[in-house]
Amino acid sequence: MTGKAGPVGGAAPEDDTLVARLRAGDEQTFAALVDGWSGWMLRLAGRYVPSPSVAEEVVQEAWLAVLQGLEKFRGESSLRTWVHQIVLNQARRRGVRESRSVPFASLLPEDAGPTVDPERFQGRDGAHPGGWRRFPDEWPEQVALTREVHDVVATALAGLPERQRVVVALRDLDGHTSAEVCALLEISAANQRVLLHRGRAVVRAALERYFDRRRTPVEVTS
Amino acid sequence: MTCEELVELVTAYLDGSLGEGEVRAFDEHLALCPGCVRYLEQFRSTIDLLGTLPQKSLTDPAREQLLEAFAAWRRTPGDGPS
Repeated sequence: MTGKAGPVGGAAPEDDTLVARLRAGDEQTFAALVDGWSGWMLRLAGRYVPSPSVAEEVVQEAWLAVLQGLEKFRGESSLRTWVHQIVLNQARRRGVRESRSVPFASLLPEDAGPTVDPERFQGRDGAHPGGWRRFPDEWPEQVALTREVHDVVATALAGLPERQRVVVALRDLDGHTSAEVCALLEISAANQRVLLHRGRAVVRAALERYFDRRRTPVEVTS
Repeated sequence: MTCEELVELVTAYLDGSLGEGEVRAFDEHLALCPGCVRYLEQFRSTIDLLGTLPQKSLTDPAREQLLEAFAAWRRTPGDGPS
């Protein structure tokens, strides 16, 4: 759980070293790569196959294909890009519902519109048009990570449209940078940001509803 | 910048991808608006909470199998993994 963000980015200068060590049979290097990269490989594979267990098989097959192809790797692309391509090939070889996955290239209706209910802001006739009607209620000082809070966040994440969920997971769970996610999903920085922002806003709103429900309706005496 | 506009720019603000003028307008708004300060804080808390969910990783058996395959591959270089 420590060490977020695997070496997904360009990191081209290190490729030569990594490849040389792998070819020499350095198990530690292989284990480190498997631990650092399998996360995004699983998320990527998961876009094409029906279940997490199939995604795991795809990633295993991809690693085996990496080993098989290692002698032929000439460094024309970065090692990461090469592995990325192998994952896609393995996932597609499974031939499963390519159509499942909506391409990232363009945004969808689900990605448009305000992320906060417009009703919460004053209309044109208000004293402050576009200003909060009422400020968001305060959350507990230190949001304790109870099992319940954990479940609220996990459930909200699971309920996001697929592309928003993948972007939020890569950025906020796996700790990848914006540039890494753009490269991985072949998506523009602007679209990545839209998907990320919408996804986060939905999770925030779920937390807000949870804290509202929990706020004991005890009368506050001044 | 209104509150309604600000809430749509939070991720861009946190990512440092707003232009200079927008950052200034954002900061000036925050200085005057406790509601938006709170929204920003809650957004940050949300990101922190998301960060406590588990990262994707291989199951232990899958990882073990790969390390074994690597060891086998190392013993017979050129033949590929078993």
